[in-house]
Amino acid sequence: MSAERLFTFRNPWFAASVGVAGAMVMLSLIVGFVLLPYAATNSRLTGLWDAICSAAGVPRATVTSETAKPSFTMSNVVMNSQMFGPPDARSVGRGATLAMQCAICHGSNRTSQVDTPNLEGQPAAAVYKELRDFKVAARTNAIMSPFAVKLDEQDMLDLAAYYSYLPRRPGSHPDPAVTAPQIVARGAPMRNVPACSSCHGITDAKLGTPWLDGQSAIYIKAQLQAFATGARRNDISEQMRNIARQMTAAEIDEAAHFYASRP
Amino acid sequence: MLNSKRLVLAHFWLAFVVFGLALLLGEWQMFVRSPLNPWISNSELYYRSVTAHGSAMGYVFPTLIAMGFGYAITELALKRPLIGRRWAWAGLALVAVGAVTAMIPVSLGLASILYTFYPPMIGNPFYYIGVVLVVVGSWIWVALMSINMATWKRDNPGKPVPLAMFANVAGAYLWAWTAVGAAIEVIVLILPVALGLKTTIDAGLSRVFFSWTLHAIVYFWLMPTYIAYYTIFPRAVGGRLYSDAMARIAFILFVVVAMPIGVHHLFADPQVGAGFKFIQSVFTAIVALPTLVTIFTICASAELAGRLRGGRGPFGWIAALPWDNPMMLAVTFSFVMLGFGGAGGLINMSYQLDASIHNTQWITGHFHLIFAGAIVIMYFAIAYDLWPHLTGRALNSVRLMRAQLWLWFVGMIVTTFPWHYVGILGMPRRMASYDYADPAIAPQALSVSISVFGGLLLVISGCLFFAVLIRGHRAPQMDPGEYRFSVAVHEPVRVPVALNGFALWLTLMIGLTVVNYGYPIAQLLALNGNAVPAVYVGAAR
Repeated sequence: MSAERLFTFRNPWFAASVGVAGAMVMLSLIVGFVLLPYAATNSRLTGLWDAICSAAGVPRATVTSETAKPSFTMSNVVMNSQMFGPPDARSVGRGATLAMQCAICHGSNRTSQVDTPNLEGQPAAAVYKELRDFKVAARTNAIMSPFAVKLDEQDMLDLAAYYSYLPRRPGSHPDPAVTAPQIVARGAPMRNVPACSSCHGITDAKLGTPWLDGQSAIYIKAQLQAFATGARRNDISEQMRNIARQMTAAEIDEAAHFYASRP
Repeated sequence: MLNSKRLVLAHFWLAFVVFGLALLLGEWQMFVRSPLNPWISNSELYYRSVTAHGSAMGYVFPTLIAMGFGYAITELALKRPLIGRRWAWAGLALVAVGAVTAMIPVSLGLASILYTFYPPMIGNPFYYIGVVLVVVGSWIWVALMSINMATWKRDNPGKPVPLAMFANVAGAYLWAWTAVGAAIEVIVLILPVALGLKTTIDAGLSRVFFSWTLHAIVYFWLMPTYIAYYTIFPRAVGGRLYSDAMARIAFILFVVVAMPIGVHHLFADPQVGAGFKFIQSVFTAIVALPTLVTIFTICASAELAGRLRGGRGPFGWIAALPWDNPMMLAVTFSFVMLGFGGAGGLINMSYQLDASIHNTQWITGHFHLIFAGAIVIMYFAIAYDLWPHLTGRALNSVRLMRAQLWLWFVGMIVTTFPWHYVGILGMPRRMASYDYADPAIAPQALSVSISVFGGLLLVISGCLFFAVLIRGHRAPQMDPGEYRFSVAVHEPVRVPVALNGFALWLTLMIGLTVVNYGYPIAQLLALNGNAVPAVYVGAAR
């Protein structure tokens, strides 16, 4: 075996490689952590240490002024993924009992009114979110609000579990001849409107969004109009208001009609 | 001397079968999101396919090639039987079981999260377990390569480790270290969430760990290709390797700087400070060095071959090269694609230039040109070169081989050039459908359609590749003679200790990792409130 020692600065390979690597590191540290932060024209650095911290990505408070508070109640629903495991049988049972008071409008006798949504088979997250929003008055309705005020957290989870446990009811006016209109299939990218189907069914579903297949066209249309006028504003980060405002009246009709015609 | 023929063949065949299936999925994806197909109404199917394609092509296929080729190199270069052949079979079994375990939930639509995982999306735990099994199987290979080289060195004190084995072990060590990032991400961060023990995940930290793996994995894929450049190509074209020492230095540079540079994949991510992005950008620039060294050395080796074959003058040697030789064609095509892909890579690593192409189809075009183009075409060439020694039968379909390589080259150019172009136009990646009727993106329709036809050429080339190999298995038996690697112009009699082992280089690699990744990871670990709710893919809706 060669007696040549490797880990010593007398070995030219060791000295050169460690030296070059060290020099590269030092050089890029100086440029990246000192020169570049100072070169940024919009930086408000208080000194060298501040420059180094900002380049290292140390979190710093940037906004000092107060944020504007809205004049209305906003949705404060926080959904976590524990809520959406397989429904627990006892929760479903309690939900079934509680749902007796809902049946007059959201009937499990398959005679929901055209101005109320069908809840059978809706994702638990969607039902829970709306109940919670009605309770805190982020969403208001002369009939629903008084019901929701009385519900506690567990009641809302139980009702959500119950409705998600029921099989989705078939649409009242299925019409396979109606194909997905442009707004549903692809949205309107030029107006920043994503496809309805990317959250509400056919293509994909998102946490907390309702499934629209087979819902009443009148109900869908009324909600889109309410979002557009701002009469309804419990959508998180104004997602639906921004979409509905950008939709034409014809697109609202098409989308409502399409989802109502789904089986 | 190749004792473990069945072992190597099993690796190669499993790799190529996986490759063939994933190739078909890739072309299907190209088609469904092109204007030639109206609209894939269920985009989940698209993401399912992308996940299968990426996992198979990224994790299973190149890993098996590196493993199989590594076992072959061990026996052919060290001229002694592989130590730990049973372990090697166990490693292969783990990779196979892992691939199946991962693909079942993917095909059921329970893990459509793409092969890069993308937390907070969380798929079925069996997907991650499968990927971990594939990696564990490959770590057996890493250990075997290390043991085989160490034993040989002990028995041959002072002698230089044959270049092919040296490079092979470089690839193994690089993979061992680079896989650690994704392994930590999957085992510590993702699996507890996938198994339902936690419901939130620190997506930013996960992405930092994945970036640890994401860049150097490409160099792991690249290793067999570079080994073929240095140790097969000069012999195959009738020349000599220009410099053994330069080859060793190139592989050492890959080991040292290929890994601590992954943050350039996170230029648009907020959780890493700009200073660390800069330092990793600098080191990314350095990783271009070993590739430039390689291009120089291999072109010089080709010039030697051309002159030995009677070429004269400044360019006459190029005409004198054996252009009908599949290895000559493959290396040429590989270099052309590496040149364009490398130029694109320099754009990606530049902070400001990256901003205009980040997350666009440019990126997908880029890594297909480098991996599926420059790297995979050499996998074909390696198979062509080794097959007679593995099967004891000649590969006689030389015209078919040439047609296959030409088709792969042309197909890859036709696929990826328009792909880059639409990326510059701003077409985002990872989308299942585009509305080409929209005036804003209508100009992209033609380019995307051209890409689909490029993909078709690739499928045809893939079929030809299988035809060549299968015809090889049916050819009459013959004696392929002794397998030889390239010989250097100046054969190394003894090399410095630094160029005959990895102790120094692994120390530098780990040291640079600590410098470049230590603080960003420690900071994210120390901060509270980074976790976001997991989004379970394929959960009941």
